Amino acid sequence: MSELTLTVMRLGFLAVLWLFVIVAVQVIRSDLFGTRVTQRGSRREAARPQQAARPAAPPQQRQQQPPSGGRQRRGAPSKLVVSEGTLTGTTVALQGQTITLGRAHDSTIVLDDDYASSRHARIYPDRDGQWIVEDLGSTNGTYLDRSRLTTPTPIPLGAPIRIGKTVIELRK
Amino acid sequence: MSSSSNTPTHHTSTIGSIGAPSRRNTELALLVFAVVIPVFAYANVGLAIDDKVPAGLLSYGLGLGLLAGVAHLAVRKFAPYADPLLLPLATLLNGLGLVIIWRLDQSKLLQSINQAGNAAPRQLLYTALAIALFVAVLFFLKDHRVLQRYTYISMVGALVLLLLPLVPGLGANIYGAKIWISVAGFSIQPGEFAKIVLAIFFAGYLMVKRDALALASRRFMGLYLPRGRDLGPILVVWFISILILVFETDLGTSLLFFGMFIIMLYVATERTSWIVFGLLMSAGGAVGVATFEPHIQTRVQAWLDPMHEYMLSQSGVKDGIIHSEQAMQALWAFGSGGTLGTGLGQGHSELIRFAANSDFILATFGEELGLAGVMAILVLYGLIVERGIRTALAARDPFGKLLAVGLSGAFALQVFVVAGGVMGLIPLTGMTMPFLASGGSSVIANWALIGVLIRISDTARRPAPAPAPSPDAEMTQVVRP
Repeated sequence: MSELTLTVMRLGFLAVLWLFVIVAVQVIRSDLFGTRVTQRGSRREAARPQQAARPAAPPQQRQQQPPSGGRQRRGAPSKLVVSEGTLTGTTVALQGQTITLGRAHDSTIVLDDDYASSRHARIYPDRDGQWIVEDLGSTNGTYLDRSRLTTPTPIPLGAPIRIGKTVIELRK
Repeated sequence: MSSSSNTPTHHTSTIGSIGAPSRRNTELALLVFAVVIPVFAYANVGLAIDDKVPAGLLSYGLGLGLLAGVAHLAVRKFAPYADPLLLPLATLLNGLGLVIIWRLDQSKLLQSINQAGNAAPRQLLYTALAIALFVAVLFFLKDHRVLQRYTYISMVGALVLLLLPLVPGLGANIYGAKIWISVAGFSIQPGEFAKIVLAIFFAGYLMVKRDALALASRRFMGLYLPRGRDLGPILVVWFISILILVFETDLGTSLLFFGMFIIMLYVATERTSWIVFGLLMSAGGAVGVATFEPHIQTRVQAWLDPMHEYMLSQSGVKDGIIHSEQAMQALWAFGSGGTLGTGLGQGHSELIRFAANSDFILATFGEELGLAGVMAILVLYGLIVERGIRTALAARDPFGKLLAVGLSGAFALQVFVVAGGVMGLIPLTGMTMPFLASGGSSVIANWALIGVLIRISDTARRPAPAPAPSPDAEMTQVVRP
């Protein structure tokens, strides 16, 4: 076998091996670089006219403005973050699905907490895409900031929701 | 309440993962790729050694492909939501291992010292057994939480497995390390299986005890010092690992055993102090044992000064200690490989002689594929570990989390211990590279490990069922003002 063929095969094999590694990393890209599901083109277009309108926006909307500027639609939260409790650091991507919280094993977030009920609360988007938290008749109640929930309530960005020893909040 | 606009049953996604479908087709595509690469490598080796495509190409390719296909169908059937990467990664590593083992089989030098010859067919047979066990794990283990029931049985089982090599008549002392047992002509390395069983025990134990271990502590100089009585378990585990080191004279098993416990302890309690304690204790233990155990001393000598060992082995001094040229030969193999390697089948890693296709198989990769190839192999291992940790993050029950962390931690430690030993970073141990190295116990145990990880990831990524209508809230404690 000629030297050239073997060299080509040698380099070719290394290339194929690395190609596999790259393909494998591509498969789990969302793990490494975060979930990015929306088509960028349409989102940019949607965001641009809004950015122009921003300076005129009322001050209470200012806190919802993303720091990167105009990349998120209406400052909608993209993830739910557990900031206190045994699950601290856990994040759940918000993709229009209902998130249930409780001690029951089929909850989206299983709370390992004696003060949480089996089906404690749920978080879901309403028709306008606003995220709502609703207490499901829990024993110890669900608190948004300091007040105990009695009705389904819209969640402001970054407001702490306390369930037993766990605190969660919505972030961009 | 406007919940009518969304359907609660519709893909309630698992934590962190995309609310994605099962991704079985991705797995199949990658799996095909993972079978093609070893076939390519096999043809490459044949062309380089004999100038012709090897006769066994079809049978090896079909054999590996068939095994991968069976494993894939089993995953499709029994764990449809499992992680799409674990199976292809393991298949690729196993296939590459087969090729390199076959390549070393062709070496006249290794054949003449009875170190190779028919290792590759045997390895293919072991792989078939391993895939059978993998399928069995997926079939019988419908829910990994069942394992939680066997916490203390696992402890006893793991201890028995670890101590088996010490049983007179059963244990086999192969070149100084007593980590094998021989049953009916087969030598088995029980430590490989013990790591899975131990992970089950540690996960079950720490799940119950982690609060006590994490919360009852004093703060001192930025470290959380655990209470004396909580130190009990870690001391027991440390003591057993020292016993392994003394009686089985194997640094690798001891390190794996203790390291896995420390990793799981850290994950369970989030206390950095455990890592500090663990490192201090393992360093102290290893240094202490090394002062009086001659086998360990030889290993350390060969690590500190491989050239001296090489000279001693060449000059044939008789001082009652087996001097080994392996360590130096392995370093030369890596060195002569350079960045891009000599090409498959064109290296001289058979000069390592003993254990060239098992403990030292990474040196052959280093020589024939070079730095680029070894890095790719290490990234593949890294990806397996990453998928394991990812599974742990996504798992919804603490037992599954700890078990996944323990298994992938043990896997990572094993890769580190072996690769580090071969490359001269740490003293050599008697462990083998998972999937790559020739040896039945290793490949079977590691496929079982992947099976358990796939089971946990399936449970973690599976869409949650709709909540049952009757919540059993009576067990909830009431906050008293």
